[in-house]
Amino acid sequence: MNGAFDAALALLPEYLAWHVVLSASALLLGAAISLPLGVAAARSARLRWPVLAFASLIQTIPSLALLALFFPILLAASALSVATFGRGFSALGFLPSLLALTLYSMLPMLRNAAAGVGGVDPAIREAADGVGMTPRQRLFQVELPLAAPIIMAGVRTAAVWTIGAATLSTPVGQTSLGNYIFAGLQTENWIFVLFGCAASAGLALAADQLLGLVEAGVRRRRRVLVTAGAAGLLLGALLAVTPLASFGRPAAYTVGAKNFSEQYILAELMAARLERAGAEVRRKEDLGSAVAYRALAAGEIDAYVDYSGTLWTNVLKRTDNPGRQAVLDGLTAELKRRDGVLVLGSLGFENAYAFAMRGDRARALGVASLEDLARQAPNLTFGSDLEFLSRPEWKAVEAAYGLRFARQRSFQPTFMYRALSGGDADVISAFSSDGRIAADRLVVLTDPKGAIPPYDAVILVSPKRANDRRLLSALQPLVGAIPVEAMREANYTVDRDQQKLTPATAAQAVERSLRTP
Amino acid sequence: MGAMVQLDRVEKRYGAHAALAGVSLTLEAGEFVALVGGSGSGKTTLLKTINRLLLPDTGVVRVEGRDYATAPPHQLRRRIGYVFQEVGLFPHLTVAENVAVTPKLLGWDAGRRAARVDELLDLVALPREVAQRSPDALSGGQRQRVGVARALAAEPKLMLMDEPFGALDPLTRDQLGSDYRALHERLGLTTVLVTHDMAEAVLLADRIVVLQAGRILADGAPAALLASSTDPDVRGLLEAPKRQAERLHARLGGPA
Repeated sequence: MNGAFDAALALLPEYLAWHVVLSASALLLGAAISLPLGVAAARSARLRWPVLAFASLIQTIPSLALLALFFPILLAASALSVATFGRGFSALGFLPSLLALTLYSMLPMLRNAAAGVGGVDPAIREAADGVGMTPRQRLFQVELPLAAPIIMAGVRTAAVWTIGAATLSTPVGQTSLGNYIFAGLQTENWIFVLFGCAASAGLALAADQLLGLVEAGVRRRRRVLVTAGAAGLLLGALLAVTPLASFGRPAAYTVGAKNFSEQYILAELMAARLERAGAEVRRKEDLGSAVAYRALAAGEIDAYVDYSGTLWTNVLKRTDNPGRQAVLDGLTAELKRRDGVLVLGSLGFENAYAFAMRGDRARALGVASLEDLARQAPNLTFGSDLEFLSRPEWKAVEAAYGLRFARQRSFQPTFMYRALSGGDADVISAFSSDGRIAADRLVVLTDPKGAIPPYDAVILVSPKRANDRRLLSALQPLVGAIPVEAMREANYTVDRDQQKLTPATAAQAVERSLRTP
Repeated sequence: MGAMVQLDRVEKRYGAHAALAGVSLTLEAGEFVALVGGSGSGKTTLLKTINRLLLPDTGVVRVEGRDYATAPPHQLRRRIGYVFQEVGLFPHLTVAENVAVTPKLLGWDAGRRAARVDELLDLVALPREVAQRSPDALSGGQRQRVGVARALAAEPKLMLMDEPFGALDPLTRDQLGSDYRALHERLGLTTVLVTHDMAEAVLLADRIVVLQAGRILADGAPAALLASSTDPDVRGLLEAPKRQAERLHARLGGPA
């Protein structure tokens, strides 16, 4: 218990700093756009409707989807920039998060600026004209001061929204307090989840109170309160951001990981080896499957582990299955040729999609293979992870065996196993290296038609690091050195309910058990 | 003294409705003119074309002989005092800041502004302590006194007043009206007062202009209008306060 709390606390300076930088930048940018736009909307009925409708529309997009949408848009923009100016930019991390959060912060500020300026008593506006103010003087000396309390209330709402939504920037590769929540959810580290929630709620609350002080000062025309609130905000932001002065210098290497325990462990394993070789290492965790490969090809991460079948079907769009070695050889040649990506080698184990059932249930129904399953499927519920049903592997299996389930449900991997043991699902899309298969005594169904491609875990290296001696010599010893039993054991120590280990500790155990080829 | 304001065939339309249907009018410097008429007669529209809060569709408005049609309107407005029924004091400024707003726009220094605020508070018979108060802390009558002081702050020669005392109780209204009339004399102002109350017009103004449906129905000194006008509407308007005064006298008694 205490160990997890200390681990969380140790990460706080970096996570908090990025969270503050991100939400403050988004809020400032949002205010710089929405306040003038809101004032303009208050003046012109023709502008008001489209502007407010657009901001409301943005608000209806789930914030996670909004963040995810910016990745492909920026990727395309970056490609265009490479084509025109010869220089691209990072489509991952800070930029997509900033843009999405900026859009997200706009509605309350826009709406309140329009309402505040539009709501100024017409008699006061007439008086401002009557005493001889120019339209600009009227705006700055009369309308804005009178609308200020309402505008500040909008800024306050926007700040709370933005700080909350910034936790969702983790999956697009931006470090934030959301790292606690996503990593904690994945490894069932509830202390991390609670810690992340508490930290972001605390930050939102603090910002809200300080902005409230400014708002009260503006409302009651007390300059002291405005100054105190603004100074508090500035000081707090500066304090929170100071750790970045040291984190800020670019790490020599960035190691990536997708969003499940095995990926965290392997990223820690690679990072530890690089650090022992004297390098600075950054981790970018919780990347989506497609995001990870594109980020590597673009050089935003230097190395990560992917699986041959995933690359074969999703990246190369192949639907055939020529066998384990042929897939590996094909990938090595084709990824190099197409993207300049180096396939360093297979780690020595497979993490294939595997259809798993509870042992007692499989025996009772007489199911041992996918062919048997197809006969029983119309009476069964299939539980999958969040992406499996939209992957080509599923299409291949579905077509090969004619699988038609009574129901299909998607879960976070952790909850998928719970659903199986609790009877909410009869079959799940498990992973063959998952420690819970052995621990829960699950039966893995055979695939007589070979519809599921092989999934050898392979280390991928970005094009710009393909000739980097330090990186290659640190990672080369991992090739062929991790047996599936060692990986299952390590995965289980992170996934189990009791005496959980952190991915970094589990990685040390894997390091000790490395097989020398 | 020359003409302070000249309107030459001024028209203002809202769709099919003519608020001003070709009005020509000359106001001499030093005059106290009341614009009288029912609602929709065009009296407020006429007043606002003078300081260009409303722009005429056709026709020319001259102030002190100059046509400001192509000049920025704020230059003209800073030379004209404007007082209206809702007062429109700026609630985020103190009384002193409200009074000094036009001098500040004109670039007067702080010392000159402060001296002017004191002078004006004396002039409109407000204690100097109110200078640092918020407008919310004042009574309705005090607020309109501040409104008059603000209008006078930059030493205009022309004052435009749109039902300035309309929202006040009768006693305050009477007091403020006669106080203002005294200021008009003392400062040598030209005043245009819009009112729907003929009694107020008769009591304060030297000249009454009666408007109806955007046209001038009658124009003259109060007594002359009553003596010479043959228009039944004008006579009705003028006789009403007279009859009322006689009835009041009869019911309340007093020296005949």
